[in-house]
Amino acid sequence: MTALLLNHRRNILWFAAMVHRLSGIGLAAFLPLHFLVLGMAIGNGENLEGFLRWTDAPLVKFAETGLVFLLLVHMLGGLRLLLVENFSWRDGQKLMALAATVMSALVAFAFLIRVF
Amino acid sequence: MNVRLYLWQRMTAAAMVPLLIVHLAVIFYATRQDLTAADILSRTRGSVAWALFYGVFVAAAAIHASIGVRNILVEWTPMRHRTAEIASIGFAILLGVLGLRAIAAVVLP
Amino acid sequence: MQSEMSVSLWRGGEDGAYVTYKVPERANQTVLDVVTWIQRNVDSTLSYRFACRVGMCGSCAMVVNGRPRWTCRTHVSKVAKNGALQIGPLQNMPIIKDLATDMKPFFEKWQSAKGVFEPSKTRHDPIEEIRPDTPERVAADAAVECINCGVCYSACDTVRWNGDYMGPAALNRAWSLVNDVRDSGQAERLQAVASGGGCHSCHSHQTCQQFCPQSLNPTAAIAGLKRRTVQAYLKGDLKK
Repeated sequence: MTALLLNHRRNILWFAAMVHRLSGIGLAAFLPLHFLVLGMAIGNGENLEGFLRWTDAPLVKFAETGLVFLLLVHMLGGLRLLLVENFSWRDGQKLMALAATVMSALVAFAFLIRVF
Repeated sequence: MNVRLYLWQRMTAAAMVPLLIVHLAVIFYATRQDLTAADILSRTRGSVAWALFYGVFVAAAAIHASIGVRNILVEWTPMRHRTAEIASIGFAILLGVLGLRAIAAVVLP
Repeated sequence: MQSEMSVSLWRGGEDGAYVTYKVPERANQTVLDVVTWIQRNVDSTLSYRFACRVGMCGSCAMVVNGRPRWTCRTHVSKVAKNGALQIGPLQNMPIIKDLATDMKPFFEKWQSAKGVFEPSKTRHDPIEEIRPDTPERVAADAAVECINCGVCYSACDTVRWNGDYMGPAALNRAWSLVNDVRDSGQAERLQAVASGGGCHSCHSHQTCQQFCPQSLNPTAAIAGLKRRTVQAYLKGDLKK
């Protein structure tokens, strides 16, 4: 048995940090694949064309929406951190973190509607 | 993380904010239903502006992501600091090479 | 009949376990009162620390129902869940026995963050006048009331994940000294907090601020150190 007690993690900003980290890992894993796909354009672009048609599949559209969300939530969450670190202190960071997440979800939803 | 790594990571983060906003606009634009690979490539091929834009973007992303990966390896894996640094430098090189190759594929005429 | 509550205390060292005791409920009882009652009435071998009992000395911090708290100023009625308390030793420090931890690593990091005042004058100089409304004094004031209780250090996951990290309290102390215009050790201090385990490891979870019994904001202090060290680094004032 350990004396481990982790209720201190019941904290919106702790979750915000986890969202930031996990979205970062997701984006870091996605980037090499993204670059490999674009590399398909070498030559006449037929391979890329084939891939773009594949992205018309609904499941891929949901995955892309997920990526748009990860990108936004990482950017807006990171922007919040840059403001905390570089400007004089502002209270209400929990609200800011929630706003960043909600805004990311809204833009991702707009993307989903657009691609369907 | 020391001050040097911190500065590089936060500077690339700040630099990527405007780049990301443009990139997101491109994503929204490029997901028009009828856009083909040929349509996209006809706009990008030979464009110095897009080559520079995405060249800076790839470099910033490679630096930013690899420092983040280093911190996660240090905090969440039993890896030694030196090993984590070597792994993240490898990741930065991978991103840089693949990213520049992707740009070349899209902009070279 | 007097009602009782159920109190689980950590007993033993790192490989210990929680042991449950029945404690009579009283009005206006603090968590420290409960621990003391058990030590005096049930098991005199129970080890724990306290001194002042009025929230000044910072010795009685423990983890109460999953959150680190100053137990002498925490009322049972405020934290008990269904009449039950679980009290453990502070985290991120080695357990000596029961509720007493070895705070040596915590205080060693105060040293490595250069949390010691370096005087620039001697006793023969006149006392320096510090106006309370200068920006430096205001910044130092905001960070100066730390009682070294270790609550923030126990709650900090960056400390948990990165053994080198100096932690909120040590860096908060460094920030109050960075703003002390009488101090002569600023170059060494900025160098120390700009190194591997220094201020740049902080992820701004703000758990330290949320739990600090003195309502300090170490996250803001660390953000200040981040800015100050970056300025020094860009000016070439830091080695390396």
